[in-house]
Amino acid sequence: MTTTIDTTIHTLREEIASCETRLAELRTQLAAAEARSQTESRNEQKARKWPLEKDDYKRYGRQLILPEIGLQGQLRLKKASVLIVGVGGLGCPAAAYLAGAGVGTIGFVDGDTVDESNLHRQILHTTPKVGMSKVDSAIDYCKSLNPTLTYTPHRTPLTPQTALPTFTPYDLVLDCTDNPATRYLISDTCVLLCKPLVSASALRTDGQLMLLNHPSRPAGSVPARDSDSPPGGPCYRCVFPRPPPAASVVSCGEGGILGPVVGVMGVLQALEAIKLIAGGRRDRRYEPSLLLFSATADAPFRSVRLAARRPGCAACSARATVTRDALAGGSLDYVRFCGAVEPVRALGPGERVGAREYYAEEPDPDPDHVLVDVRDKVQFELCSLAGSINIPYSEIAATALPPRRRIYVVCRLGNDSQLAARRMKELGLGAGGKRWIGDIRGGLSAWREVDGEFPDYG
Amino acid sequence: MAEKTKTNKEDFIPLTVEFSGGLEMLFSNQKKHDVSIPARDESGNSSNIAFLVRYLCDNLMKDPKKEFFIQDNTVRPGILVLINDADWQLEGEDEYEVKKGDNILFVSTLHGG
Repeated sequence: MTTTIDTTIHTLREEIASCETRLAELRTQLAAAEARSQTESRNEQKARKWPLEKDDYKRYGRQLILPEIGLQGQLRLKKASVLIVGVGGLGCPAAAYLAGAGVGTIGFVDGDTVDESNLHRQILHTTPKVGMSKVDSAIDYCKSLNPTLTYTPHRTPLTPQTALPTFTPYDLVLDCTDNPATRYLISDTCVLLCKPLVSASALRTDGQLMLLNHPSRPAGSVPARDSDSPPGGPCYRCVFPRPPPAASVVSCGEGGILGPVVGVMGVLQALEAIKLIAGGRRDRRYEPSLLLFSATADAPFRSVRLAARRPGCAACSARATVTRDALAGGSLDYVRFCGAVEPVRALGPGERVGAREYYAEEPDPDPDHVLVDVRDKVQFELCSLAGSINIPYSEIAATALPPRRRIYVVCRLGNDSQLAARRMKELGLGAGGKRWIGDIRGGLSAWREVDGEFPDYG
Repeated sequence: MAEKTKTNKEDFIPLTVEFSGGLEMLFSNQKKHDVSIPARDESGNSSNIAFLVRYLCDNLMKDPKKEFFIQDNTVRPGILVLINDADWQLEGEDEYEVKKGDNILFVSTLHGG
């Protein structure tokens, strides 16, 4: 009996041991299989293709998590190409933000080189780059900011002959230029190529911004009556069918410009471009508007409603006269269209003296003559000739002059001084020819021939 | 006397006129002007923008450079006229008849960049 039980126990123990051995084997196999499976899945993971480059997630992370951008928006930015015409006060900040945001291809058009007077506002250009091409200077900066993008240089000024081939490869154009003739040329080219245009400008403490030719429809196109698609947006010519008189156009050099003012406008251009590209809905209905910025106003931003495309517009209506052939063939003369300021010739040779001549003839101080500086007060306070008195051009009629024998008039460049001298004569200050009135040819700019240390403010 | 004051009030339309983009320099360097213009123009018609432009040129503008504001009897090219913040093209251009309290903004286009 005992023997039978002993045998049973022994057999059971052996069976358990054998099962345990088998179990251990199975566990080892399982572990091996699991390890293999993990490696394989990891390999699979590695092989998975992510839509953006690994570094892009980190670089663009802060904008990627915005619903306005997201993955799709970033991919659209990456695929997009934007042309910046004019790499100055507007183009510099616009380029920096577009490169930062990851716009795949950015083109730069400008024929100018960096000047010292640009540096207070054209933030991509630096002191060691004075004399360098603005396009190269901007690309240099953008490459160090974001080396993953493509930058295309166009180092010559835009002309009617170069505009079409230059614009063709791009999706969107930013007008960052500084004169009416180029602004009309850019708008016309955008209409001909069906490209939206973000246009901005700035002077003194004011700025203006418009999104033009958006949606971009061919000239004269009218949406079908039953379609939802909105009509094309107005172009620059719809808003300004005729150019302003050349004499009323004031440049930044003449009128002045505050750096952050033009900076704000350039940044807003980049923002409009990013919204347009990342949103991916270029057909969206859009109410045309003009944004006015005035740094000194109580409410600095103001948006006003613009009209739709102008019936009969020379560029975008069914009656358009601006055609590809006319543009490429050179029959559209933008400079003539906008007119040029004629050189002022208000005085005769006997009424003008050169800077050296004045210096030699008129000892200082001389009780016999008076030197009238007709620049505005701010410029006069900046620098003036010893002994000169300040009567701004617009105040000549209202200001009494000391009763001297001769009146010399001086201004910045020698244009206003002629007009001022003529005005004085008209007001009878010449006492019927008894008193000599004339100006200093070339103004204070020419005075530096006499005194090289006299300040040059641009 | 009270009767006369009332009549006078009705003969004039109070408006806010604003200048921007450098045009303010032609108007005593002041961007915003509260003005009252006659309710009827020279021919007895209701005052419109065309009349307002002439009126401003003759009465508000001290600067002699009239051609920088007015040309061929209307605002010169390069000036946008905004009636209550909308392009005047949307409102009938210079034939728009001004109403009490209207805001008329004249903006000179800028070209610098």
